[in-house]
Amino acid sequence: MINRRRKVRQEGNTFLMAVSAVVLGLVAGALLMALIGSNPFSGFYYLFRGGLMNIERVGNTMATATTLMLVGLSVAFAFKTGLFNIGASGQMLIGGLCATIVAHKVFLPRPLFLIVLIASGLIGGAIWGVIPGLLKARFNVHEVVATIMMNWIAYWSVYYFVPAYLKGPSLETESASILVTQSLRAPWLTKLFHGSYMNLGFFIAIACVILVKFILDKTTLGFGLKAVGFNRYCAEYAGIRVNRNVIISMMIAGALAGLAGLSFYTGYSRNMQIGVLPAQGFDGIAVALLGASNPLGVFFSALFFGVLQSGKGFMNAMTAVPPEIADTIIATIIYFTATSVLFGRMWDSIFKRFKKNPKEEQ
Amino acid sequence: MNHVIEMLNIRKEFPGVVANDNITLQVREGEIHAILGENGAGKSTLMSILFGLYHADEGVIKVRGKEVHIKDPNDANDLGIGMVHQHFQLVHNFTVTENIILGKEGGFVLKRKEASKRIAELSARYGLNINPDMIIEDITVGMQQRVEILKMLYRDADILIFDEPTAVLTPQEIDELMQIMRNLIKEGKSVILITHKLAEIKAVADRCTIIRRGKFIDVVDVASTGVNQMAAMMVGRPVSFKVEKKPAHIGRVILDIHDLTVLNSKKLPAVKELNLNVRSGEIVGIAGVDGNGQSELIEAITGLRPIVSGLVSLDGNDITNAPIRTRNEIGLGHIPEDRQRRGLVLTSAVYNNIAIKEYYHTPFSNHGLLNISYLQEYAQRVIEQFDVRSGEGIFSHAGKLSGGNQQKLIVGREIVANPQLLIAVQPTRGLDVGAIEYIHSQLVAHRDKGHAVLLVSFELDEIFNLSDRIAVMHSGKIMDVVLPNETDEAAVGLMMTGIATGGTAND
Repeated sequence: MINRRRKVRQEGNTFLMAVSAVVLGLVAGALLMALIGSNPFSGFYYLFRGGLMNIERVGNTMATATTLMLVGLSVAFAFKTGLFNIGASGQMLIGGLCATIVAHKVFLPRPLFLIVLIASGLIGGAIWGVIPGLLKARFNVHEVVATIMMNWIAYWSVYYFVPAYLKGPSLETESASILVTQSLRAPWLTKLFHGSYMNLGFFIAIACVILVKFILDKTTLGFGLKAVGFNRYCAEYAGIRVNRNVIISMMIAGALAGLAGLSFYTGYSRNMQIGVLPAQGFDGIAVALLGASNPLGVFFSALFFGVLQSGKGFMNAMTAVPPEIADTIIATIIYFTATSVLFGRMWDSIFKRFKKNPKEEQ
Repeated sequence: MNHVIEMLNIRKEFPGVVANDNITLQVREGEIHAILGENGAGKSTLMSILFGLYHADEGVIKVRGKEVHIKDPNDANDLGIGMVHQHFQLVHNFTVTENIILGKEGGFVLKRKEASKRIAELSARYGLNINPDMIIEDITVGMQQRVEILKMLYRDADILIFDEPTAVLTPQEIDELMQIMRNLIKEGKSVILITHKLAEIKAVADRCTIIRRGKFIDVVDVASTGVNQMAAMMVGRPVSFKVEKKPAHIGRVILDIHDLTVLNSKKLPAVKELNLNVRSGEIVGIAGVDGNGQSELIEAITGLRPIVSGLVSLDGNDITNAPIRTRNEIGLGHIPEDRQRRGLVLTSAVYNNIAIKEYYHTPFSNHGLLNISYLQEYAQRVIEQFDVRSGEGIFSHAGKLSGGNQQKLIVGREIVANPQLLIAVQPTRGLDVGAIEYIHSQLVAHRDKGHAVLLVSFELDEIFNLSDRIAVMHSGKIMDVVLPNETDEAAVGLMMTGIATGGTAND
């Protein structure tokens, strides 16, 4: 009586919708390249070659994707509870700042040190996320306003803290580089990927994908969070504490973005620059949208955006195509994702046409 | 006699459901033709096809003998077909005239005066009694519906479709609407009336097409067909209109409300020092005109609204300030007034909706981990026991279910949890006789298990049929508590307007 076929097909449709958006985004990018007089084929060739041409570049792509994946998870998690976390940049900064402080000041055996390092990024981000959650629950301050404010508080805090306490020997505008042994880099990984930025953060991101999927699908916590996200009035009626779930959701979203900051500032790069609000915090929204707020979807869309991000420089070096084309492609994909309902209908009608016997479903 | 509309062998399929399966509808010129069917039988789908909102997969539509292809509502308008939707499509801060000419402004300069004059003429001719210069938000729901009718007449429609037109009307407004329909026929229009209320069909319709589960059952002459016969055809089995009820075995007090005061959303007292109790084994019905504090009272008992002063206790536990989940655990079930906003998560699967109050404890979950297979088996049992029909069973989104099935889903969820106190607010609003009969029998069965039931309804029939005691509520207070066999609808109706009469049954 209970059958799962339909569910599989629905998920298949979501996947097709995302692929349609990507393909159309790439086509639009090709048109743009043709319009500015470049050859789209060579443009794409070098774009993807730049991201994937050798082991080192694959490693860099994965390291770029790591941060996007964690931010994407953060945004997706908040989405599931009906919240829009536009403050991932600030949460990244604070997570990264906490991790950088630990990297500079705490010296412990490597396994223990890694645990402390990860915990510092996680807790920093969680604190930065939970404040807007509390404001929303307690005073009904919209989380979009609160998280944007928190972004700027984080931005100026870093502006003050880094030169004051973590300054490098020569440069005023960035922290001293942390030692490789105090970072997420691992010699075996660096060697495996021929000296790329690839670091342990990638495994943290994979673990988070699995963990978030598990929380959302299999736990009572996820059930409550989703109920609040879909219909808070019904959740309230059913006895689910709406405010508590809002706070928890923002805390977890913040922790995920904090880990993204950890992976970026103590993995991908090994220092913090001041006066930069990390763009990944906003790119993560795109990752979450393309991934349909589904952890697995976020995994794949982060890898895809990682290829575009790390390939665009190479494309620019080898052709006359400006790197902004890659950003345009990302933007176009987001437009197509936002209108994905149309693709959903399109695929539905195509399925219907090809289905031989419509009564079979009954 | 000429057929003004013919829909022949219509078939329409949605994913997982055949909404219309070989349905034929033939409407004669100048008649009121009713379409009778349960919720989800396919009435609205059929009319949406006629109005161009959906397209039939198979079948032929003929208007005045000519085969037509209705692509969108504009085509339908051009053919003289107009529809009064269940949910009115009016701009609230526009006048009646502005709403009616919207989309038919005709030229760059608004000829408001002319339009207004013509609307006044139409209104007088059909007895609609509408002032064209009133603002929509200032007029009653019944008048808004007449504006919708005027909109069609203004567009020269001569085939008028009414989709469940009485669902939102008071009894008096219903009578007026019936008269308007008769006037329309007199002026040579044809009317299609979609409904599941037999009394209305009997009162006004000439012929009636009955459909059941998407299939054509019969077309009957209303005058020569009994109500019971039509109901049986609609539901597919004989239906009883009287609720079978054994004498009540009344036990201890389950719900005790003492001097309760509650504020409404405008911070004004809506419930004023109210006292009421409900005992095990009885159904207490709250009768009253909508807006006399019933919603606030129920929200206060269920924990959705804070209590200003007074005490509420449930089976001896003080729950005045208890969290909602605590109330549920002590034994409170609630069939809410607004099933889509409060009662269900429409974008979530049926099985999640069934588990939404219980998911956090064993055997639904263990140490925070959901037992999804148990969740699904439990939901499967509930939908089988309560005959909840949906395209994909427990995996359908709750929003894809018809209104009646959504309500059965909620009733099933609440009753299976076996609460000591079941609060049912308007449990059968908008449902068809089959579903009403079923829900009534379930409420009585719950009472017979020795539980307390508190019923709120604006339909006096329902209150009288089900209640063991009737509490009449007016202006935030209980006017009186009466026994149904010692009073009549007229006396209760009078008290509902605030005029007190004798007879007390509150202990």
